[in-house]
Amino acid sequence: MTADRAKLQHYLALRRGAFTIIAVLALYQAVARSGHFAPALMPPLGAVAHTLWDSLLDGTMIEHAAFTLYRVLSGFGLAVFIGLPLGVLMGRFRAVENFVLPLASALMPIPSLAWIPILILWFGLGNPVTILVVFYAALFPMLLNTWSGVRAVNPLWLRAAGAMGANEHALFWKVIIPGASPFIIAGLRQSFLRAWVAVIGAEMLAASDWGLGWVIFDAKEFLNTDVMLSSLVVIGFIGFVSERLVFGSIERATIYRWGMARAAKT
Amino acid sequence: MAHDLAQVSATARVTREDGLLRRVARNLFPFVVVGAIWEAVAHAGLFPPRFFPPLEAIAAVFARLTISGVLPHHALDTLARLTAGFALAALVGVTIGILMGRSRRAEDILLPLVSIGAPIPGLAYAPLFLLWFGPGNVSAVALVAFVSTFPIIYNSWTGVKAVKDIWVRSAQAMGANDRRLFRHVILPGALPYIMTGLRLGLAQAWRILVGIEMLAAVSWGLGWLIFGAQEFLNTDVMLAGIVVIALIGLTLEKLVFERLEEFTVVRWGMLTS
Repeated sequence: MTADRAKLQHYLALRRGAFTIIAVLALYQAVARSGHFAPALMPPLGAVAHTLWDSLLDGTMIEHAAFTLYRVLSGFGLAVFIGLPLGVLMGRFRAVENFVLPLASALMPIPSLAWIPILILWFGLGNPVTILVVFYAALFPMLLNTWSGVRAVNPLWLRAAGAMGANEHALFWKVIIPGASPFIIAGLRQSFLRAWVAVIGAEMLAASDWGLGWVIFDAKEFLNTDVMLSSLVVIGFIGFVSERLVFGSIERATIYRWGMARAAKT
Repeated sequence: MAHDLAQVSATARVTREDGLLRRVARNLFPFVVVGAIWEAVAHAGLFPPRFFPPLEAIAAVFARLTISGVLPHHALDTLARLTAGFALAALVGVTIGILMGRSRRAEDILLPLVSIGAPIPGLAYAPLFLLWFGPGNVSAVALVAFVSTFPIIYNSWTGVKAVKDIWVRSAQAMGANDRRLFRHVILPGALPYIMTGLRLGLAQAWRILVGIEMLAAVSWGLGWLIFGAQEFLNTDVMLAGIVVIALIGLTLEKLVFERLEEFTVVRWGMLTS
């Protein structure tokens, strides 16, 4: 297929995609306007856009988003800070692996949200609970991906580097970390995704007065469906930006440049 | 994305060379250490036992609630919701995914919707579902189904796309009609991906169900048990509930899917075990 033809195909797919979205929005609008459902439950699009615009202008939505981002990034950062080194240690030392792995496989199937009531009892409502829940959700993908990444490093590379006189330090930074990087990046991505899901749930159950999850849940009490939907738009937008832009560019800057991309695909 | 589920079974293979007893002892050792630390902290009196009950208290509550049938009732309700939601998601997700993989038109129409819906955390829809369907089982099941559909659609679609063109064409050259083509070429070819999708979907459904049960005000269910126990400061009940959740989660992962894979994918020679 020539480049022009591929471009045309891409353009056509894009146009058809846009068409679908417009059709769905129009359908929603028609149902909302038809009067079969109360406008409190199904507000027309204009009202949602208006609410979103107002809350962005007066800064409340931005403040909610900032609180959510603070929580998710703290929990995620903590998970990386602990999960990454621990995963490397598990991959390098059998004893660490033997100790951590059984615990991890027993704790992993417990949904992070199940801990919320206990954490609320221990720490009270607020930031510590949400951050800990995010940490719990993000820890295991980070830990296990790093571990299998370190184990997946080709032993031939290790021996080759050793034969060429690399010391432990060089071996670690020049061979193991780049070799494990496709897994580590996949772990970061997966961890962040989990963290993002967990923070919304945790905010609904345990946040006190700020945060996108809290807004949605609070709006339900007052039947402010327009607020709920506009907050959903912001949540979707942040999720999309972090997934496509942030992790996409991290991938380009590291594993593609190091020529590890093919390993990442498998 | 499927990494985390496959890895735990990878260690089992590594350690198989040792004796069974040593393996059990090695896997038990970390739990003994953590349990001992927990006991020491609980008995040291740093925290009131209400908030930090010793293990024997948790075990006693666990036994009492199991014998009286409360815990099994909660667990069964949770499992029923999980099964209903997941079955719905599997049916809808595999159908849509295969449709998207086979028809260009369906792909163009549905892919934008799937890629917009997928990155929004499922729980964010919970209040919306509660408003639209009312609190209770309908909302809970609908939301579980909705959330776990996305990975199933995505993987089924990828799976159908990954079926080698040459298989399809050679089957057609040998005179297979559409039905045979689907049943004997496309379905087995896409199955490893579909299984991954189902696995991810189930894991996602499981992760979110407990949270939904806390929000949806259902009358039975493990999430509700934990959430309700918080009101009465029954930390031991909460921890017993978490133990049941862990057991169900482990069972789902180890038994249901590894078995299902042996029966289908491995038997058809699409994957070696």
